[in-house]
Amino acid sequence: MVKNNITSDFKSQLSTVNCQLENVIHVENLVKRFGDFTAVDHISFDVWQGEIFGFLGANGAGKTTAMRMLCGLSKPTEGHGRVAGFDIDREVEKVKSNIGYMSQKFSLYNDLKVWENIRLFAGIYGMRDREIAQKTDELLQRLNFASERNTLVKELPLGWKQKLAFSVSIFHHPKVVFLDEPTGGVDPVTRRQFWELIYEATAEGITVFVTTHYMDEAEYCNRVSIMVDGQIKALDTPKNLKHQFSADSMDDVFHQLARNAKRGDN
Amino acid sequence: MLHLSESHSESSAEGLRPIVHCLSIDKSYGQVKALQNVSFDVAPGELFGIIGPDGAGKTTLFRILTTLLLPVSGSATVDGFDVVKDFKAIRKRVGYMPGRFSLYQDLTVEENLNFFASVFNTTIEENYDLIKDIYQQIEPFKMRRAGALSGGMKQKLALSCALIHRPSVLFLDEPTTGVDPVSRKEFWEMLKKLKQEGITMLVSTPYMDEASLCDRIALINKGQILKIDTPANIVNQFEKTLWTVQSKDMHRLLHDLRANPLVDSCFAFGDTHHITINNGQLTIDNLATYLSDKGHEEIIIHPAKATVEDCFMEMLR
Repeated sequence: MVKNNITSDFKSQLSTVNCQLENVIHVENLVKRFGDFTAVDHISFDVWQGEIFGFLGANGAGKTTAMRMLCGLSKPTEGHGRVAGFDIDREVEKVKSNIGYMSQKFSLYNDLKVWENIRLFAGIYGMRDREIAQKTDELLQRLNFASERNTLVKELPLGWKQKLAFSVSIFHHPKVVFLDEPTGGVDPVTRRQFWELIYEATAEGITVFVTTHYMDEAEYCNRVSIMVDGQIKALDTPKNLKHQFSADSMDDVFHQLARNAKRGDN
Repeated sequence: MLHLSESHSESSAEGLRPIVHCLSIDKSYGQVKALQNVSFDVAPGELFGIIGPDGAGKTTLFRILTTLLLPVSGSATVDGFDVVKDFKAIRKRVGYMPGRFSLYQDLTVEENLNFFASVFNTTIEENYDLIKDIYQQIEPFKMRRAGALSGGMKQKLALSCALIHRPSVLFLDEPTTGVDPVSRKEFWEMLKKLKQEGITMLVSTPYMDEASLCDRIALINKGQILKIDTPANIVNQFEKTLWTVQSKDMHRLLHDLRANPLVDSCFAFGDTHHITINNGQLTIDNLATYLSDKGHEEIIIHPAKATVEDCFMEMLR
C-alpha cells in the first residue's frame, strides 16, 4: 500500500493558492467485490482541498468502480471513505449533493438549450432561481458564450460542449468535482483550454479528481495515483514519480507500472 | 504488386497505382459540412493515418470509403472499384472495424468469427495464419459471449473478424480511443505485424502521438484536410523557432509567457510549455531575464523540435 506523503513541493504549491490542508476525500482500505472478482482491492488515499488529483490506471484496473463508490453510486464491500465531509456508505445523498460530476459520454442534454441545461442542473442541486439567473449570465460572459444562450446543445462543437459541461458540473460550487476522461477526442487547443478552466476552478477552492489517458495531462496534476489490478501502485507528485521510476516522462512511469497488469484488457 | 511495396514507407503515393483514391469528396448533413474537398491517395501496403479531433469528419470519410454513405460530390475508388457504382465489389474486399463495438454481443467469440467468415464465403481455417497472432490471445475464451469480454478482448475479436476474409484494405476507425497507453502500444504492435503481411491500412485517431507510427498521415479538422505527408516531413517543415520552458510555478509561467509580445504562441505540453517566437527577436538569455524579473525560479529554457501536435496546433491558428 502506498502511503500518502505530501511533499514540501506540493505544500508550497497549495499555499500559493491559499488553501488549508484539509482532506476532501479520505479513503481507507476500500474494497469492491463482484462475486469472486475483486474489482477494487484495498485502496487508501487522501485528496487535499484545492488539489488537482490525477486518477490513472490501465483499462480494467478498477478506476471506474472506485470512482462510482466515491460518488455514492456503488456501495463498498469493505473499508470506508468520506467525500466532501460525508460517509460514502451511510450518507450517500449528502455526498451526491456536495460533489460535481462530469463524464466524457454523458454530460448535457442535447435537446435542451444552453441556458436550459444550466437551469436544469442548478435546479437539481437546489439552487435558487435568482442565484441561477445571475450566475448564468456571469458564466456565459466568462466563457464568451453569451451569443449561444439559446443554442441547442447538440449544435455546439464538441470542445464547447465539454467546456460547458465542466462549467455546469461546478455551477453549484461543489467541494470536489469528478471528471471522467473529460478531454477524450477533443482537439489539442481546446484540450489545453479545458485544463485552464480546471486551474481556474481550483483557484476558487474546488478540488478536482480527474481521470485521463493523455499522459501529458498527468503532468498538470498536483499528485497522481496509478492503479493496476485493483490496487494503487504509486501515488505522488509527477516530479517525484518520475524520479522514483528513473523515468523522463509520466508516459514512461505509466508503462513501467501497467505493462505487467495481469487482468483487465489483456 | 509485390515489387511495388519495397519503398512505400518513404514514397508518397505518386508513381504507384493507389489502392485508395479520393478526389474532391464533399459531404454535408443539413447545414453541417462534414467533409469539404477531401482528396488523397493511399499506396498499396501503406499504413495511412487520418489524424484529427472528434467532429473532424474521420468516421464520415471511412463510411464513404466502405460504401456505407454516399458523398454529395467527388469520387473515390478502393482497390480499383468505384465507391458508388461498384459498392458490392468493395464490400467483399475491405475490412472495416468501426469505432463502436459492433459484433454480436449474444454470440460467443467463436460464433462471431464463424459468422463473419461464412458471410464472406470463407472459413476460419483458410485465413487462420493472418489472424493467428491476434486470435490466439482470445482463443482460450472462445466459448464466452462477446458481450462479456473486456474492452481489450473485444477489440482483438473485432480485429479478427475484420481480417477473416483477408481484405485488401483494412479500415480502422479510432481503434485506440479511450484505450490506456499500454494497450494502445500493444494495438499498434499488432498493426505493425499486419503491415508485414502486406495489408493496406487506414487508421483514424485523435491521438497525435500515434502519428509517428504511420507511414504517412493526413491531418484533418472540421471536414478539411490540413496536410498530407510523412510524419517526419511534417515536423521538419515546422518553420517557427520552438523552445521548451519550465519554471517552479508552471501555471503562472503560462500567463507570463503569453504576456510577452515577442512570444508568438504558448501551450502547456506535459511538464514543459512549448513556445514559438518570432525569429531573431528574442534570445534565450533575454527570455530568462524577463522571467526572472517576473519572479520565476528554476527557469529552464531549451530549443526543441516540434511534434506533430505542435504542427497541428499551428495549423489551427
